Amino acid sequence: MGKFIKWGLPALALAVLAAGWWLGLAWAPPDREMGDVQRIMYVHVPLQWVAMVAMAINFVVAIGYLMKASWKLDATAEASAEIGLVLGTAGMITGAIWGRPTWGVYWSWDPRLTSQAIMLVTYTGYLVLRRFVEDPEKRATWSAVVAIIGAINLPIVWFSVRWWRSLHQVQSTPKTVDPEMTLALRVSAFGMLFLTIWFLVQRYRQALAERQAEVALPDALPSDLAAAGGANSSRVA
Amino acid sequence: MSPVARNRLIALGALLVAGAGLGFVAFGNIGENLVYYWSPSEMLGQGDKAYSATIRLGGVVEPGSIQWNAEHTTLHFRVADDVKEGAPSVLVRSTETPPQMFRDKIGVVVEGTYDKSGVFSSNRLMVNHSNEYRAPKEGEDPRQWQETLSDATTAMGAK
Repeated sequence: MGKFIKWGLPALALAVLAAGWWLGLAWAPPDREMGDVQRIMYVHVPLQWVAMVAMAINFVVAIGYLMKASWKLDATAEASAEIGLVLGTAGMITGAIWGRPTWGVYWSWDPRLTSQAIMLVTYTGYLVLRRFVEDPEKRATWSAVVAIIGAINLPIVWFSVRWWRSLHQVQSTPKTVDPEMTLALRVSAFGMLFLTIWFLVQRYRQALAERQAEVALPDALPSDLAAAGGANSSRVA
Repeated sequence: MSPVARNRLIALGALLVAGAGLGFVAFGNIGENLVYYWSPSEMLGQGDKAYSATIRLGGVVEPGSIQWNAEHTTLHFRVADDVKEGAPSVLVRSTETPPQMFRDKIGVVVEGTYDKSGVFSSNRLMVNHSNEYRAPKEGEDPRQWQETLSDATTAMGAK
């Protein structure tokens, strides 16, 4: 299992992603209205999907931590928020690049773009909070609360294009997209998902090692971290 | 209270706050106060309130209404509620080069001001795409088909 995660998973992710992007860039037809510009869909949409998945994981493990405190859940929360923020930011940048030639603007304060921007700011705040709280238990508890309340943005971002008038179009379905494009998008999305899982596992391991070091050896860490770590008083498993 | 019970209570409280917030956004009709754009009929129904403030107007380009003046580089077209004939519409003047996809019947959002002469002066013209992605039809290059729609758009394409 360890070997698969170290070598197999990234190899699988990159192979599937390469296949998906090859299908999208070279095999699928261009859009009849946008031409080749539309091909950025195979990057933008998978990024946004996996960002949503990472943030949904963050929400679930935040509730999980408050139900049953565990460093594993807290480490997962940290990993998923960080990776979700990176992917969501990349999704927003690729969306802006797509918007300029099609909408005519990089950015407009429409409901989808605005709610996504609020979401990214929320998770940035979440990560800032984690850096500022030195006591690992308080950090885990407080950030879980922020994660749960911040997660209300996930359905808002998703449904914003249906609830309100927006510049961004509503979600496409296989009915509104030609089959070749749908296939290329699905393969790209699975590649992106495998890559995200690999990122999550790597980042989770780092975060968990950091948590365990904080609790077990507060003196071994830089003084600002150790000071609040306390004398092994942790109640968290 | 044990720490476990305390944390569970915190979880419950956070979920309640999140649920209430989401419910408010979803069902609280905030959409009525946060409208990204007005349709032509809504804007015309506002009376004096629509004049001089910067607003967004959204709808579709009325078929056959696009007029491009190459000498003054101004673009005139009508934004209508929908593509049906006789739908309420507003005349828009823009001095901007429109995005590539601009054509008859496509969705647009314009930012600018409406004045008492009945002309909407746009300083930002945006085109919104539907959620449909289709291959070009047989024997057709992407985008070529739209240039045949009207002389006005052909002239713009050539610019």
